[in-house]
Amino acid sequence: MSLAYLLQQLLNGLSLGGAYALIAIGYTMVYGILRMINFAHGDVFMMAGYFMIYSMAVFPWYVSLPVVIAGTIVLGVVIEKLAYKPLRSAPRMSVMISAIGVAYLLENLANYLFTAMPQSYPQIDILKHVYTLGDITVSRVTLVAPVLTVILTVLMIQLVNHTKMGMAMRACSKDQNTARIMGIKVDSVITKTFIIGCGLAAIGSILYFTDRNTVQPYSGSLPGLKCFVAAVLGGIGSIPGAMVGGFIVGVCQIAITAAGYSVFSDAFTFVLLIIILLVRPTGIFGEKATDKV
Amino acid sequence: MLKISHLHVNYGGIKAVRDVSFDVPDGEICTLIGSNGAGKSTTLRTIIGLEKAASGSITLDGSELIGLQTNQIVTNGITLVPEGRHVFPDMTVLENLKIGSYMRKEDLQEDLNWIYDLFPRLKERSWQAAGTLSGGEQQMLAVGRALMSKPKILMMDEPSLGLAPIIVQGIFDIIKEINKQGVTILLIEQNANMALRIAHSAYVMETGELTLSGTGAELLKNDAIKAAYLGGKK
Ligand SMILES: Nc1ncnc2c1ncn2[C@@H]1O[C@H](COP(=O)(O)OP(=O)(O)OP(=O)(O)O)[C@@H](O)[C@H]1O
Ligand SMILES: [Mg+2]
Repeated sequence: MSLAYLLQQLLNGLSLGGAYALIAIGYTMVYGILRMINFAHGDVFMMAGYFMIYSMAVFPWYVSLPVVIAGTIVLGVVIEKLAYKPLRSAPRMSVMISAIGVAYLLENLANYLFTAMPQSYPQIDILKHVYTLGDITVSRVTLVAPVLTVILTVLMIQLVNHTKMGMAMRACSKDQNTARIMGIKVDSVITKTFIIGCGLAAIGSILYFTDRNTVQPYSGSLPGLKCFVAAVLGGIGSIPGAMVGGFIVGVCQIAITAAGYSVFSDAFTFVLLIIILLVRPTGIFGEKATDKV
Repeated sequence: MLKISHLHVNYGGIKAVRDVSFDVPDGEICTLIGSNGAGKSTTLRTIIGLEKAASGSITLDGSELIGLQTNQIVTNGITLVPEGRHVFPDMTVLENLKIGSYMRKEDLQEDLNWIYDLFPRLKERSWQAAGTLSGGEQQMLAVGRALMSKPKILMMDEPSLGLAPIIVQGIFDIIKEINKQGVTILLIEQNANMALRIAHSAYVMETGELTLSGTGAELLKNDAIKAAYLGGKK
């Protein structure tokens, strides 16, 4: 195994991890505010893949990028309004079950609309450009993914910690009724959270599918679960945690595949989940409880 | 003037508030006393829109508040210091104060100075996480945060809960001071003695209903009140 091969695999891992991280941030932010796992998130990500296929059939890539991001956001916000908002005062478990229902709905809808046949993901020229350096060949998306992920994560952290909107998000995630007394419109903060989460999932889907070439109705379910594990690993509720978790899961998956154990690469993620839950359920950056009662 | 008429509030089958009517005239301190579970907190939470009224009306200067969202009620000039303080523990003192003025767009510095004048302690600790403040400091912060919305009416739910007598005295002095500066106060207290001393008008609530009313001084002298709430002998 040459150094070049290792480096190549590391880059692939970071690239996959970047896409995972962007999706994991959506899980973590929605959890932060609604205290529920949005199991439909991976399927929203899959739908974003189809949006790109159909958008690129009509528009050039620079129009398709905003179209896909906007379409994914609309889908996410509609799901929130129809499937989660009516359950606002119901037990959290009901909302979670509703999310699982939405996940199946989206998968079957995709099956019905787009058939179960894998469809090829369009080539976005600027992302596909290939660099060759000695024995290493990387496409531009492989280099862009981790850098873009880090930039977006830093932006999200700034947004949450240093803007008025972020302050409202933190308030809602701690104590919704008190947030209301402050004059915060909790439902509108929740909507904004879904907008951000789905926007990031759309970007993640572009990075992910550009490297994987096809989309099919179940393309979102396994990656979705892996990103959920990434969010738990980083400490659910923590944005930097979701990024770190995403990179770890991505790099490990590629490493295991590269080592020749690709049969186990998916199972690994779930072994990881069990280990975290046993050893450190709050994850790497888990919330500490500082409340004084 | 805040006017509550024939208010009923239920939690499922529990009738927590039954046919409650009272007025809070502008510029006054009005207090609602009563034992545990009487429905005092429920009344305030309904006024601020956190609980749904089953029937009745709540008007501020003649306009109906029932049916409005909490953020609209707050914009109308009413705020609540909730029972148990509920400061945001991970935010700094300064952030807690800023979030109190969430729906206002004006410059905050003047109001921050006003709060820091009322509570110099908060100024010293403006960068401390609110969760690490002492109970008394958290209560000051909860009151300061509520004042940052520049309310016409400040409702307080048991501000003396769990505080040492000397701190309680300080809180009551501040309530009087805030009222002198023109803020109408609606105060809930278990500490009936202190509340009646500063109140212009007072109401006694028992199992969801108002049973007595009068000025603070009148109720202080009332034998039934002495027996039930002031620990006095007949
Ligand atoms: N969320 C709720 N669900 C069901 N019942 C409730 C709820 N909140 C309050 N209650 C009930 O309504 C009644 C009135 O409660 P409330 O909190 O208004 O009393 P209180 O006068 O503020 O009492 P305390 O002095 O102990 O704070 C009580 O019997 C209480 O158990
Ligand atoms: Mg109460």
